[in-house]
Amino acid sequence: MLIAIGSLTLIGLVLGSGLGAAARFLRVEGNPLEAEIQSMLPGSQCGQCGYVGCGQAAAALARGEAPVTLCPPGGRAVAQALAKRLGVQIDLSKHEDKGPQYALIVEDLCTGCTRCIRECSVDAIFGATKQMHTILTDACHTCGKCAPVCPTGAIVMNPVPVTIRTWHWPKPQVSPRPKPLSQSEPLGAAA
Amino acid sequence: MIRHLFPVRGGVHPAYRKDQTSERAVLPLPMPAMLYIPLQQHVGQAAEVLVSIGERVRKGQMIARCSGSVSAPQHAPTSGHIRDIAEVTAPHASGLAQTTIVLEPDGADEWAVLPEPIADPFAVDPQLIRERVAKAGVVGMGGAVFPAAVKLDLGTRYKIDTLVINGAECEPYVTCDDRTMREHPQEVIDGARIIARVLGATRIVVGVERNKPQAIEALTRAAAAYPGVEVVGVPAQYPMGYAHELILATTGRETPAGKRTAEVGVVAYNCSTARAVDQAVRLGRPLITRVVTVSGGAIREPKNVECPIGARVGDLVAFCGGFTSPPAHLVNGGPMMGQPLPNLEVPVVKGTAGILALTRSETNARPEEPCIRCGTCVSACPVGLVPVELAALIRRDDLKTAARLGVGDCIGCGSCAWVCPSQIPLVQYFNYANGMLWNQEQQERKNARVKALAEAHARRVEKAAAAKRAAQSGRKPAASPAAPRAASEETGRKAAATEEAGS
Repeated sequence: MLIAIGSLTLIGLVLGSGLGAAARFLRVEGNPLEAEIQSMLPGSQCGQCGYVGCGQAAAALARGEAPVTLCPPGGRAVAQALAKRLGVQIDLSKHEDKGPQYALIVEDLCTGCTRCIRECSVDAIFGATKQMHTILTDACHTCGKCAPVCPTGAIVMNPVPVTIRTWHWPKPQVSPRPKPLSQSEPLGAAA
Repeated sequence: MIRHLFPVRGGVHPAYRKDQTSERAVLPLPMPAMLYIPLQQHVGQAAEVLVSIGERVRKGQMIARCSGSVSAPQHAPTSGHIRDIAEVTAPHASGLAQTTIVLEPDGADEWAVLPEPIADPFAVDPQLIRERVAKAGVVGMGGAVFPAAVKLDLGTRYKIDTLVINGAECEPYVTCDDRTMREHPQEVIDGARIIARVLGATRIVVGVERNKPQAIEALTRAAAAYPGVEVVGVPAQYPMGYAHELILATTGRETPAGKRTAEVGVVAYNCSTARAVDQAVRLGRPLITRVVTVSGGAIREPKNVECPIGARVGDLVAFCGGFTSPPAHLVNGGPMMGQPLPNLEVPVVKGTAGILALTRSETNARPEEPCIRCGTCVSACPVGLVPVELAALIRRDDLKTAARLGVGDCIGCGSCAWVCPSQIPLVQYFNYANGMLWNQEQQERKNARVKALAEAHARRVEKAAAAKRAAQSGRKPAASPAAPRAASEETGRKAAATEEAGS
């Protein structure tokens, strides 16, 4: 009787203190899902989703407070990946994927106010006070934050052009023969 | 010559159909009314324009120069006036435009002052030859269009013992290399010896498919005087003209996946490229013409045509008597790996080996059927991939797994799609996947750069704020050196951004 009580107490104490120690020393900082979601986002901290940066957007997604279609630069691909990870059903048929759009300064309209320069988080805009500004297309990460602050509407967002370097063959159409199954069947099911 | 050959993997045996053009001597194309010279006819950076609209140029004059380490210049194929520098549809499957110099020939065909010929290329500094080849704008004429001079550098980084000259020409219909080897064997062998000397290679192996006996004979005769040069007949089997395959067949050395042939001590050059190198070195002549095979069932008089770079495809077709019937397919290159031409207005470039107008009966296109898992594509693949599995993965866009299984090693030869009894467009799936993977890689690179730029921006802003705080707290001695430092840092950052944008 005493042996049973003693041993159970001992086991209880050992396990209890073990759990207590683990809770203290092996505590998980934040939601691991958050980090995973953040790695799926483009990471350019553009703020187009309405959150301060990708970290905050990932936190909101993890809490289920934000829609998976929140990321404009990520487009359809990121939305699909997020939906899959979070187990959310989405209808992307109405989702318009504009693709990345580069900023371009219409030089005739630029007054050299430097407002866009202060807005750019990657120093892609070149210029000085009362000097015409220009955008280094290669450095621009297509966040579009500069366009709304321009007092003269001199910044336009242009889609990234397809060039001979970036063009590639489209995916071959799956069997042109009429199939008894419905046409709307997803491609993955056939493979 | 009896010589031990090494077995190669895979391959197919399409009907060669080379006799339409192989027995006809190369004819020069009459100078067209207008030439269109694209700035990008090679792998790497596009050339930089050196001329302005209205300027008169002479034959062989450089009209666009190298920009960057992997690039090639362009030269005027004849004398005339620059009429425009505009976006013109490129001879590319996408049908997209690229910057092109439009030259109107004046009929005088007057040569510019060419660089002095190198009398004894075996006595001069190899660097001099490399520079000459770079200046002459020579690029790989077998289809890869890699700048020839850049490859000449490989001898300094790797120990090269063998130079393989690629005269396999395994694509059906195409006979331009065959004619070049038959008509100019001395130039091909001499060019090969010059290349071997620059690379430091002691042995030259010229690989020619056995369906070109006259070319083998002509080259053997031309090479008889040189002990280090060997002309080898290789089995007629597609894709023998793929450099890795030809090197394996002739030397027994297999190039590891994703590596260069130089790592196994071998470099390969196309036979027409060897001739172009010879002309650049011995005559100082830049690459301004090339031999193009114009063939196919829809062409009235199939021919090999020596045409100036920039002549339009339509000019060549007209020279060959036009079409007998409207072609079902207009192909740039051979029927196996060739790409569709957008129209007849596009120019011939340095990498154009063939212009084929194929009739419907020649293409034998049938609708796709379900896969019967026969595995023929697996035995046909020359690089040891499993096309059936890869295609299934790519069909459901699992590109990551496809990349892990080696879709990046696909050379796009099309053997798998050609043998497939169900007519599944296998190679088309791989072209799509490799294009997507390349774009993804570029996007990842861009994202990494954006992250670095954003971090640098944050650091700079913080530093400027700290300097401001220090200035406001009235500690003048600390503030005055801090402010200029922040300013100079800013200019440094901007300079770095400019540099990165340019790279």
